[in-house]
Amino acid sequence: MYAFNYQRPKTVRQAAGLLAKAGGDGKLLAGGQTLLPTMKQRLASPAMLIDLNQVDGMSGIELKGRNLHIGAMTKHADVANSHVVKTAIPGLAALAEGIGDPAVRNRGTIGGSIANNDPAADYPAACLGLGATIVTNKRKIPADEFFTGMFDTALEEGEIVTKVIFPVPQKAAYEKFPNPASRYAMVGVFVGKKGSDVRVAVTGAGANGVFRLPEFEAALKTRFNAKSLDGLSVPADGLNGDIHASPEYRAHLIGVMAKRAVSKALGK
Amino acid sequence: MSATGIGAPVRRTEDFRFITGKGQYTDDINRAGQAHAYFLRSPHAHAEIVKIDASKAKAMDGVIAILTGDDLAADKIGGLICGWMIHNKDGSPMRAGGHPALAQGKVRYVGDHVAVIIAETYQQAKDAAEAIDVTYKTLSAVADIDSALKKGAPVVHDVAPDNTVFNWHLGDKAATDAAFAKAKQITKLDLINNRLVPNPMEPRAAVGDYDAGTGVFTLHTTSQNPHVARLVLSAFIGIAPEHKLRVIAPDVGGGFGSKIFIYAEETVCVWASKKVGRPVKWTSDRTEAFLSDAHGRDHVTHAEMALDDKGRILGLRVNTKANLGAYLSTFSSSVPTYLYAPLLSGQYNIPAIYCEVDAVYTNTAPVDAYRGAGRPEATFVIERLVEVAARERGEDPALFRRKNFVTQFPHQTPVIMAYDVGNYSASLDKAMDMADVKNFGKRKKDSERNGKLRGLGYSAYIEACGIAPSQAVGSLGAGVGLWESAEVRVNPVGTVEVLTGSHSHGQGHETTFAQLVSDRLGIPLDQVAIVHGDTDKVQFGMGTYGSRSGAVGMSAIAQALDKVIAKGKKVAAYALEAAEGDIDFKDGRFSVKGTDKSLAFGEVALQAYIAHKFSGQQLEPGLKETAFYDPTNFTFPAGVHICEVEIDPDTGVTRIDRWTAVDDFGVVINPMIVEGQVHGGIAQGVGQALLEGAHYNKDGQLVTASYMDYTMPRADDLPSFAVGMTSTPCPSNPLGIKGCGEAGAIAAPPAVINAITDALGHENISMPATPQRVWQAAQQSQRKLAAE
Repeated sequence: MYAFNYQRPKTVRQAAGLLAKAGGDGKLLAGGQTLLPTMKQRLASPAMLIDLNQVDGMSGIELKGRNLHIGAMTKHADVANSHVVKTAIPGLAALAEGIGDPAVRNRGTIGGSIANNDPAADYPAACLGLGATIVTNKRKIPADEFFTGMFDTALEEGEIVTKVIFPVPQKAAYEKFPNPASRYAMVGVFVGKKGSDVRVAVTGAGANGVFRLPEFEAALKTRFNAKSLDGLSVPADGLNGDIHASPEYRAHLIGVMAKRAVSKALGK
Repeated sequence: MSATGIGAPVRRTEDFRFITGKGQYTDDINRAGQAHAYFLRSPHAHAEIVKIDASKAKAMDGVIAILTGDDLAADKIGGLICGWMIHNKDGSPMRAGGHPALAQGKVRYVGDHVAVIIAETYQQAKDAAEAIDVTYKTLSAVADIDSALKKGAPVVHDVAPDNTVFNWHLGDKAATDAAFAKAKQITKLDLINNRLVPNPMEPRAAVGDYDAGTGVFTLHTTSQNPHVARLVLSAFIGIAPEHKLRVIAPDVGGGFGSKIFIYAEETVCVWASKKVGRPVKWTSDRTEAFLSDAHGRDHVTHAEMALDDKGRILGLRVNTKANLGAYLSTFSSSVPTYLYAPLLSGQYNIPAIYCEVDAVYTNTAPVDAYRGAGRPEATFVIERLVEVAARERGEDPALFRRKNFVTQFPHQTPVIMAYDVGNYSASLDKAMDMADVKNFGKRKKDSERNGKLRGLGYSAYIEACGIAPSQAVGSLGAGVGLWESAEVRVNPVGTVEVLTGSHSHGQGHETTFAQLVSDRLGIPLDQVAIVHGDTDKVQFGMGTYGSRSGAVGMSAIAQALDKVIAKGKKVAAYALEAAEGDIDFKDGRFSVKGTDKSLAFGEVALQAYIAHKFSGQQLEPGLKETAFYDPTNFTFPAGVHICEVEIDPDTGVTRIDRWTAVDDFGVVINPMIVEGQVHGGIAQGVGQALLEGAHYNKDGQLVTASYMDYTMPRADDLPSFAVGMTSTPCPSNPLGIKGCGEAGAIAAPPAVINAITDALGHENISMPATPQRVWQAAQQSQRKLAAE
């Protein structure tokens, strides 16, 4: 790790001010589960680290009408263990329960995860699969517009994620096939059904990060059942390939995980 | 059996300090005024070093020295050695390329040592490393066996223009050819034994410290054999003569073979401590461990088995190519030769065996012994072959094995080994019973109903442990004898210190060795201390590897204890005013036959030290004895493991549903510790079969250089193991011990792959059998079924 300056603001406004002041050399520290290992390996060297852990009002879980609000600094373990989440969107609580290991879940945050947009992270699939809205210090961004590519988001310079708003679906579930070594999602599929709308979001597989499967969604809108996906397949083009999984294997797993997610959402 | 003697499941006494954070590992050692070393490593797999410009780095804050291969050469420090000479088929010696501790002119793998930076802090050393400007002329690399052996391939060492270290063979070629000529069935297999990274929990570390007053070097290092390290650093590398070099291996957190070897880093730290006049400390980070710890396995093998019409094995023909990496590590040459081919007979009567091994240089990290070392590779060959041979005959694999088992002992195999004792059918029977093999068919149907494939695989392994009779290994090329030494010091009040040449790095010697003392001397465990790992304390030792500490190390202790008891009888005779021949020793008391006169062990110890009763007589005061024990044969632990898997053909995920291990380790000192060793061995064997694989790309970059890509076995990858024992005591050592440390890692891989291939219905799967590979193989099975 290289030497860096460290600031711990108390408000989002202070944090934004510090970030602006640091120019391109500032980096926000949420749970640090990606950033700190990267810095330790000297692969990242921000001149200024702005720690959000003391900022007021950035964490917490609240059901407001038919929307679940989760503060950006809410830890995965808190989402996983929240009675509110378990009741409103059990598939989301289960997703959080499956992130990393207990140490990661007790440090990592939802805001950090989606702002980082690791192509193998779990939360981006939930945001896309539930049609979430990402709230920042400047605006509200629909999930469909937020995730713009591998480690890339619609966030602008100086913009800080403050909360994520999930519409509560009738049915939702996440099915992950973990990378055998890292246990990140090699393929993760989140399925959400709200009224007549069905969303199917895939993480871990796409070369450009999380994406939706319109064909699968159309089939499930007709009938929300795993059988509706019979005969549908995903082309391997544009999917990731590495020593653990070829694009073809990932394409196949997307089909399997999607069906399993639908069955899980139906309580089967 | 006493509560603390041989056979008692005593809790590990050392665990208190380990689990309360009180262990003293090398990285916990800090010497006054110590500086820190960081190694600048090659980013290239193969390159000439044109120039090293360290001028900017030398001027940086905290930098004390930057040393390179030129400095080593100027000080006439020798290269690292390979201590086992292998001869080619034509009798010429193997071709060992130079192995300087810091590169001299050329780097040969990613992670090779280019320079050492010594600074006030580790961070400063690391910062300075980034400021060193190295001009490389990169060369094409050979990252695997096939590319190394291609005509015109880049040459790793000039002494081996075809990249071949040796071409070696064992066995009778003519007799084997004759066996194949009359065969009714020939079973053939192509096998890859995947390359592994050892991954002990504690990474390697070293602290070198030179005392200018006495001229003595002290090296704390993560070693499985500190005396061998001292011997090599003194006699071959030339750091200092042995009486001026103290090597201490304190608590060591796992080795699995990888800490047997003498590496560049400890050599440089101890040498540099004199050069800079400061203690020099280095601790590996995990990435360095992936890059530069000696890896294991990495064989490509074609094997054939000849059978007669009744399914009896007539002969075995094996051709193996072994990747030894960029340099010959300390015992690398012995692993694919004498630790491999002599085990190819397995538990079977095989009249003729012929094995050829070509060892190959590549631009990858050195490859050497890793848990099992050669024996897992041999077991994989023979246990895959017998399984496939049985399947080809349509014969039950258990029956096929039983038919070919060795049943008469001693049994001379055609490949060196003389099996002393065993009862292979007993282990098979017990394992089949514990594994409920008779209801496997029912379980398979249940799985099929759920869309899953179920398979069952056997592994009837044998290993040669208790390494090893010195004369035998000497005749095979070893540069050392493989005896062990022990010293038993009885203190005046009867407490006992045992100094052993064995080294514990997780095995629990402090408990098991103390149990032997408790058993023999009839004293409680807490009156016994086991001392190891310090060349200034222990007279000598060959260290711990090859499951030798029980069979060889404890035998040496037993011999010294016998001498202590014999001397104690003499002392007791004086003290009790009786004839020496009338003294009995039992349950911790010396007594005069036929009388009620007796003295406790501690009382006799006191008499030995005060010497009031025998002053001026022939008897010397004191009670301390030493022993050197050289075994007369290898030991032959053997057993049967049965693995049952369930495969999800939709995803390729293999779940191990049941694991049964029945092992014959001879006499067991502490069954709880032995079971733990079996568990750990199976975990690593399952790791090899399902999860682990070191992968270099064609440019020689290690793709699996972190836990993000290198899959370690975890608790949820493993079932609860059912472990059973049979016992035929080893006749060749005084304790009847065979050794247990490597059995699981040796037995497990073929058991897993035999189970998976049983489930899939074809043999086409490589290790590690990852979900992707199993899914692909399951697709093949479905196509095959559809075609039928």
